Amino acid sequence: MATNLHKFLLTASLALVVLFNNGNAFANSAPAADEPFNPGKMIQDHIADAPDWHLFDIDGHSYSIPLPVILYSSQKGLDVFSSSKFEHGHATYKGYKLEGHHIVAVDASGAADHSAHFYNVSITKNVASMMLSAVLLLVLLLTIANSYKKRQGLAPTGAQSFFEPIILYIRDDVAKPMIGPQYATFMPYLLTIFFFIWFNNLLGLMPSGANVSGNITFTMFLALATFIITTFKANKSYWAHILWTPGVPLPLRIIILPLEIVGMFTKPFSLMIRLFANITAGHIIVLSFIGLIFIFKTVFMSAFGIPFALFISVLELFVAILQAYVFTLLTALYFGSAVAEHEHHDDHAQGHEAAH
Amino acid sequence: MSLVTPDFGLFFWQFITFGILLFILGKFAWGPIMSSLKEREDSITEALESAAKAKAEMASLKAANEALLQEARLERDKMLRDAQTVATNLLNEAKDKALKEGNMLLENARRGIETEKNAAMAEVKNHAVSIALEVAEKILKKELKDTDAQKALVSEYLKESTLN
Repeated sequence: MATNLHKFLLTASLALVVLFNNGNAFANSAPAADEPFNPGKMIQDHIADAPDWHLFDIDGHSYSIPLPVILYSSQKGLDVFSSSKFEHGHATYKGYKLEGHHIVAVDASGAADHSAHFYNVSITKNVASMMLSAVLLLVLLLTIANSYKKRQGLAPTGAQSFFEPIILYIRDDVAKPMIGPQYATFMPYLLTIFFFIWFNNLLGLMPSGANVSGNITFTMFLALATFIITTFKANKSYWAHILWTPGVPLPLRIIILPLEIVGMFTKPFSLMIRLFANITAGHIIVLSFIGLIFIFKTVFMSAFGIPFALFISVLELFVAILQAYVFTLLTALYFGSAVAEHEHHDDHAQGHEAAH
Repeated sequence: MSLVTPDFGLFFWQFITFGILLFILGKFAWGPIMSSLKEREDSITEALESAAKAKAEMASLKAANEALLQEARLERDKMLRDAQTVATNLLNEAKDKALKEGNMLLENARRGIETEKNAAMAEVKNHAVSIALEVAEKILKKELKDTDAQKALVSEYLKESTLN
């Protein structure tokens, strides 16, 4: 009897996790009787940023964590207030209102004024989730660093022994082979982006999580950082390869030059798109499976939708670390090409082609 | 389209968050972690190396001991063999010497005996001669009391001597 109850509870809680994970399906777009369910809008709402951290809806009432809204415009100056002032899009506050999840300025008549220019540096759901990941990383990694200091030279224990193989993997199988002898300079950056991306991916998979790492701004920032470091750390031989590829006949050099220059930018661009697309796609698939229940308007659809959503969610746990690894690996590869001393001209071709 | 439109606010906050994260982690987490990992690896390598060295030393020490032992064994064998040879030689020498001595003694004795025997024989001869002479004298004295007997004898001798 007891085991049956356990099984039931386990199944129910797993189902709930999946439901909540993506199951904000009930939320803003909870189909009112008169309004047909729009899965596209529901999914868009869930993977997009929002000024407050929406948790769930009960009886058409939204429950969410209010977050600070910080707006600056040259006319109205700085405005800082809680996102709850918008009352989930029902109210106008200090000349701003919500249009979907976007804050827009309103004119005197109360209509949206898209021409008004202002800076929105609110602590949105994405920003809050990203800060949370940063705090988690700081607490975790500083604790681990501390245990390294305390237990100098001894075998790792606890969290230390869980993270040590990952750190060693990044060092020995990513940085060392990709960058070569100068790997140590880039270790802090590589480790930081790996853990930062991984943790944000995982936080995105949490119930009510934000889709931070599936946000183009997030991936753009990291790709830009990789691009800037690559460009500034690049040595003579890197520029020589781009501007005047050695070991190639003259006419070919002229053809290669523009390709190499475009390549400089496509590499970080591919980094940006890959992470964004993989993470967003994962969220969309899970949401789609859940959405099926609402499209077919029958609870029996959950017998199909929930197992599939669960399967994809578990797969996403793997994708979370995989994409963090791929981003780190390719970043290391680009750093490697920037600092490598090209002596043999036959082995660098694979380095240029490894992006996938 | 909003999906692929970069958002200024997130970029701004990410710049700050990631910057702080990279700085703090780089200074207080990755630095110490990487250096203590390196230290531990170095100490393990060192320990392994020194263990291997100790093992090699032990092996060479053992080999040296073995060689020493072997040498000692050979030395002992040689000494035993030498001693045996010396003893045998000594024994043989002693035997030879004893034999020679004995032979010499024997020879001396034999020679002494011979001499004694010769002396004794000579003495016996002399004695016999003198006894014979004495007997002859007495016989002659008794036989030659009468002249006829003397003449008869002389004539016998004479006969005899002409026959010779």
